[in-house]
Amino acid sequence: MQQIIQGALALGLLWSIMTIGVYCTYRILNIADLTAEGSITLGAATAAAAIVAGTNPFAASALAFCAGALAGLSTALLHTKLRIPPLLAGILTMIALYSVNLRVMGKANLPLLRVQSVYSGLENMGLTKNMATIVFGGGAALLVIVILYWFFGTEIGCAIRATGINARMSRAQGINTDAMKTIGLMLGNALIALSGALIAQYQSFADIQMGTGSIVIGLASVIIGEVLFGKKGFFSRFVSLVFGAVTYRLIIAGVLKMGMNANDLKLFTAITVAIALSLPVFSEYISTFKKSLRTEELPCSKS
Amino acid sequence: MLEIVNLTKVFNPSTVNEMVALAGVSLSLNEGDYVAVIGGNGAGKSTLLNAIAGVYPPDGGRIEIDGKDVKSLPEHKRAAFLGRVFQDPMMGTAGDMLIEENLALARRRGKFRTLSWSISTAERNEYRELLSGLGLGLEDRLKTKAKLLSGGQRQALTLVMATLRNPKVLLLDEHAAALDPKTAATVMEITDRIVGSHNLTTLMITHNMHDAIKHGNRLIMMHKGTVVVDIRGKEKESLTVPDLLAQFQIASGDSFTDDRALLG
Ligand SMILES: Nc1ncnc2c1ncn2[C@@H]1O[C@H](COP(=O)(O)OP(=O)(O)OP(=O)(O)O)[C@@H](O)[C@H]1O
Ligand SMILES: [Mg+2]
Repeated sequence: MQQIIQGALALGLLWSIMTIGVYCTYRILNIADLTAEGSITLGAATAAAAIVAGTNPFAASALAFCAGALAGLSTALLHTKLRIPPLLAGILTMIALYSVNLRVMGKANLPLLRVQSVYSGLENMGLTKNMATIVFGGGAALLVIVILYWFFGTEIGCAIRATGINARMSRAQGINTDAMKTIGLMLGNALIALSGALIAQYQSFADIQMGTGSIVIGLASVIIGEVLFGKKGFFSRFVSLVFGAVTYRLIIAGVLKMGMNANDLKLFTAITVAIALSLPVFSEYISTFKKSLRTEELPCSKS
Repeated sequence: MLEIVNLTKVFNPSTVNEMVALAGVSLSLNEGDYVAVIGGNGAGKSTLLNAIAGVYPPDGGRIEIDGKDVKSLPEHKRAAFLGRVFQDPMMGTAGDMLIEENLALARRRGKFRTLSWSISTAERNEYRELLSGLGLGLEDRLKTKAKLLSGGQRQALTLVMATLRNPKVLLLDEHAAALDPKTAATVMEITDRIVGSHNLTTLMITHNMHDAIKHGNRLIMMHKGTVVVDIRGKEKESLTVPDLLAQFQIASGDSFTDDRALLG
């Protein structure tokens, strides 16, 4: 039991970086970016191939981060230069990445046995793989949050946020919205690929299929985080994403333990996300109902 | 300050939906000109402002701002010279960002954005002072999200944002039209104050004939993509609504039709 919880915690922390990447595009840029499905595998493939070729695992993970940024750049260029709608641009990159990932790995599944990983150092200090991953993954997630919190408070970061909220106003305020979308998509996919690299090193293999459904898992984690842990300040919002990702993993571990067939997991996840996405609709019903109880309109003009 | 020569714009050319929105508009604004723009539905007023702002490229003609040809500049670069307020109060601000964040975005218009912090304490004091000038109590609400403001407050905030960096030209597209009459009057009064204190060159579209007559030192009327009436100075001061309608009829050979016009 403890083993299962530790495993879920470890995997949840690694996936939380992916969740933060999804948040960058889905919530901050307001783009449903399907590149994610390809870039998480790209990150895993790049890191695995590099490690097998003898690269230092940290350098390999950094390489995966950069590869993810390039995937985001591809989607951004398709969208901003060729004016392809973002959803379709993401799908195109995702499909293209399937071939790219096979090229990078040379085969559909690349095992990482008897090689160093980013967790090796902690394991050598006597931690189990799960504990090493929890410590490293938690540290990595915290570092990402601190950096992003700073970044989205800078002039460029604020311009990216404004672009996602109101592109027309942003252009009127002199913001190059195409450039901001490009930065946001690159950043998001770089984080997603980094997450893929860390996941591959944890599970000791990269697989061409590992990205399938990942965008839905990312969305599920974003929404669980928002629903359960609120969305107050910017910092706590990022932290809630980590809680969301971990909670999702605990739920999955729980239903598997209760005897759910692993093949039904994706169906279960899809239903969970559908319910979670429709929550605002329900709360809208509730608030309109409440409003209809109030007789007087609030005064809405100047003091 | 603003020089427009023979500007043309056709939407959906050579299709059944072809629409000549601007049929050769020429307009020259001197520094400090405060011009009310009126005209019927589809006369091309918004298209003119959007073409100046670079929302879409015109088909022909020239646009010069302060002697500089801006036709090849994309929208976000032209923003360095322009301030804009839209009809929809939701449109002018980023609703999910704080009032001070919105102002900070506007303050960096035309500047290169860097990785330095988006807002400084010194700025906050500046914003507080600017907002207190509006008399709407916004100076105490810097940390409020813009979407929580009323329509009138948002338009006032957008006006401050648009004029924060002393634009060469201020473009207002029916910026008081979505507000109730009392709030609209307040926003118009704020507009006069800001335009006056900075001596801003301004193009203001309005459907309210009285506003068009009352505000600004010049009035133009558009019809079918051209400027058909241009009244300024002393002549404008003594203008009445019937005068205006008569002038329009003479100039265009058409009677004035505008289902939203407020005639009296
Ligand atoms: N993006 C567009 N695509 C196609 N046609 C357009 C577009 N924008 C404007 N038009 C057309 O161009 C003509 C001029 O429109 P414009 O918005 O400039 O009118 P307006 O004077 O602002 O009218 P209103 O007072 O109703 O706002 C209209 O016939 C309109 O249908
Ligand atoms: Mg219009």
